[in-house]
Amino acid sequence: MALPPPDPQFVLRGTSAAVHTLRFSCGGPEPDIPVLFSGSENGIIHVWNLKTHRVGTALDGHGRKSIYCVETMGGKDRLLSQGRDQRICFWDLAEGRTSVTDSVFTEHVGFCRCSLLKVAQGRWLMAMAARGLEEVQVLELPSKTSVCTLKPEGGAKLGMPMCLKLWQPSSGSQPLLLAGYEDGSVVLWNVTMGKALSQLVCHQEPVMSLDFDSEKAKGISGSSEKVLSIWSLNEQQNLQVYKTHKLVNTGISDVTIRPDKKILATAGWDHRIRIFGWKKLKPLAVLDYHTATAHCVSFSDHSSPRDTLLAAGSKDHRISVWSVYTQT
Amino acid sequence: VCFIPGGLDCSISFVSHVLGKVCIRGRQKEILGIVVPRLTELTRSDCIWQRICWRLLECVPDRWMEAVVLGFVQRAPGADALSRLLGNLVVKNKKAQFVVTQKVLLLQYGHTTEVLQNLLGYLALDSARRALLLRVLQELLEAWGSSSAVKHSPPEQQLYISKAILICLSHLKEPEIQSCRQELLTSMMEGVKCHLDSSLPQIRRLGMVVAESISSRVNTEGPLLKFEYEDDDETRELKSLLVQTPPLCVVPSPTDDKGDKADAALPLVPEGNQNSQAAAPVMADEESDAELDSDDDLVPYDMSEDKELKTKAPVYIRDCIEVLTGSEDVDKWEAAVKALESLVRRNPAATREVSVELAKILLHLEEKSCIEGFVELRQRAQVAVLTTDPIPVSKYLTSQFYALNYSLRQRMDILDVLVLAAQELSCPKFHGKNKHSGAQKPPVHLLPGSDSSKDWRRIVDERIKSKTRRFAVGQCHVEKASGPNEFSSVAGHFFFPLIQQFDRPLTTFDLLGEDHLVLGRLVHTLAVLMYLAVNTVVVTAMGKALLEFVWTLRFHTDSYVRQGLLSCISSLLLSVPAELLLADMAEELLEAQSWLADVVEKDPDGDCRRLALQNLLLMENLKKKLEAVPS
Repeated sequence: MALPPPDPQFVLRGTSAAVHTLRFSCGGPEPDIPVLFSGSENGIIHVWNLKTHRVGTALDGHGRKSIYCVETMGGKDRLLSQGRDQRICFWDLAEGRTSVTDSVFTEHVGFCRCSLLKVAQGRWLMAMAARGLEEVQVLELPSKTSVCTLKPEGGAKLGMPMCLKLWQPSSGSQPLLLAGYEDGSVVLWNVTMGKALSQLVCHQEPVMSLDFDSEKAKGISGSSEKVLSIWSLNEQQNLQVYKTHKLVNTGISDVTIRPDKKILATAGWDHRIRIFGWKKLKPLAVLDYHTATAHCVSFSDHSSPRDTLLAAGSKDHRISVWSVYTQT
Repeated sequence: VCFIPGGLDCSISFVSHVLGKVCIRGRQKEILGIVVPRLTELTRSDCIWQRICWRLLECVPDRWMEAVVLGFVQRAPGADALSRLLGNLVVKNKKAQFVVTQKVLLLQYGHTTEVLQNLLGYLALDSARRALLLRVLQELLEAWGSSSAVKHSPPEQQLYISKAILICLSHLKEPEIQSCRQELLTSMMEGVKCHLDSSLPQIRRLGMVVAESISSRVNTEGPLLKFEYEDDDETRELKSLLVQTPPLCVVPSPTDDKGDKADAALPLVPEGNQNSQAAAPVMADEESDAELDSDDDLVPYDMSEDKELKTKAPVYIRDCIEVLTGSEDVDKWEAAVKALESLVRRNPAATREVSVELAKILLHLEEKSCIEGFVELRQRAQVAVLTTDPIPVSKYLTSQFYALNYSLRQRMDILDVLVLAAQELSCPKFHGKNKHSGAQKPPVHLLPGSDSSKDWRRIVDERIKSKTRRFAVGQCHVEKASGPNEFSSVAGHFFFPLIQQFDRPLTTFDLLGEDHLVLGRLVHTLAVLMYLAVNTVVVTAMGKALLEFVWTLRFHTDSYVRQGLLSCISSLLLSVPAELLLADMAEELLEAQSWLADVVEKDPDGDCRRLALQNLLLMENLKKKLEAVPS
């Protein structure tokens, strides 16, 4: 007899605007407080204290324009935020400061979240959608020099890039980029050489979000249609469709795989969060708490797997935090 | 008939004379039944016999030529056989030419498709005769395309001509078609216009099929003309005429071209399929999972609550109105449209408060998103509103029928809704049997009622039941409750406003002019309303008004309208009680009787003649009934 779905462990209220992006930073040793960063539609980044469940700090750096991406750069002292004011801001939050140290003007008017990859100590690669309609630009941080600009060749009408993921097959090798586009295809780019290695049409509608498991060379993408698409990368660096999963309702805004690669979570337009097993995409749970579209899901990076949390942000201004499948 | 070939110079003109005389006397069947098969056999391989046959026919005197040629054409087993028998008779003999190219094709229309095939195939087989084939095609197209022909000639003749056109097209080769391309296109355009103008669906379909076929032969590259119509047996038969099956004998026929083209089209299709399959992603479905399935550790939760998200339908009628008029939310709008009919029926009191407003909204409601069955949903909602509050809503609808700036489709929708509502109102709600179940929409073709036979049986049964004394009550049958006929109070409101203004033209709507399709629908609607008003108080007044209406329109050129007028007379005769007919309308009915007799004899449309005959029979029955009643 299956158990009824669990309730959230707790719910964070107080953003007073739709929540578009979430990022945990809980990896620090005690007595570091685990925090959750959330970006909202009113342009404020809230830093939530996960022990007291209250907002610690509120960061306002994007001129009240909606924030659709927050990323931590090695710990909770350095934060990256991307907003609809076409800027990416870099924050220094150490010792109680709340200042913007640097910013990049992307001239991108869409909603494509940037992707970060640490290549060496203090050096990062950042992929972001750039000014041109179909272009993706990769910058090196902190120098902000452009490594390459990836533009689909030929007359391929891929549309805007919708989601990006930078990754390295193994440490030290050439970084690769997976980009999902408006026409439903996913392209694998070689960043160093600046050319496309493989292209796969996964969906009939725009790819809303994707995530990739580099160990198993398998990825998953969600779209505005009813299908989740799982694809794999073979030895020749070619993308192939592995499986598709049909959903009950249309629309997925975000998809993310837990760091231990056991489960994944999807945030749906039907207000529900769905949990699947990653190995065979076995449906595990449907978490029905929110009353409006769920915009984002994120897993925490706790060092102890028993404390792992899942957070979901929604248009109903709430962030629900769940603890599911923490026993391994 | 046995000749000795071998150098003897025989004259067979005597035989021709005999043949001709026999044929003209009406013995065509007997003599040709023997002569034609024999000659077909003999001429199969023997050239001398062929020439004898040709000479035989050439010598038939002109005044008997028609009978003989017609007989041969009807009896020849195939186009090639006809070619062997007749030779180039049509080219050499003027009368034969007239019979074959004009009389059979344009003046008569009773021959079968096979005869047409033989005749036109015969013309196509020899180069000397092909010029005739082209001329025939042009004349056929002229006849097909003339608007007076479309309006006044019987549908059977139009079908015949269409078949002939298609067969001609199938025989013509590319260069021949290209040479007369321009004329073909011009005549096709004119013809299509006349056909589409007609109110009879059969004529419209004929026009569409022929135009499509012409366009496909003339324009081999570029977009093809394609109409939307429902395929039925007739259209399938017509389209099959375009493709000739090659004849069994060795004679090379020009029809092989068409067959080749059809074959060439087929291999292209499977290729297309393969290409699309190659593009589809490779499914790696045989990947064996050698790893231990540690997913089994993860126990799923109960997911039975996970269902499709549905927008809640509004529960109050005023909510529905708000959503339908103002809301931009498409999901809510869809839910409102689907829920409206049941809401209206469940809350009659609430509906009556807003009935006219609802009717107005529904009349102007356009499809905002793609719902299945939108037209039906809207119509059912309108019928529900009309039956719940008949008088104000019918007043509104009938006034809008004659108002400016409505589309023809909307006006016809009004008529449909009135009929469906009248049907619903006039049927007592608790009756199991629905007598009018056949009459879903106009036109309603009524046969003289066989209902009367069922009625008397029921009456007799009831009388027996009431007269027998029962000592023990067995299982008592629940008597089906009957309700009052709700249509009687409102019939006049439905009927009279529709009939009042038909002769006043508006700038956008002219019933007596161009919009004869709507006039036809109006007339059929009035017929149904008349029929449904049986046993109501107002039926006599309706009858009089209807008779006057029919009288003014009785010579209308559109056969659909005439069919409607005849249905009106039928309804009239069935609904108005006989005594009242005699009392109030005797003179008009006598005049109508002579008109009906005229229609039976002279009307070109088969349906009109049949309806008129039924009406005359109904009148006869009435007369007999009245005479049988002892006065």
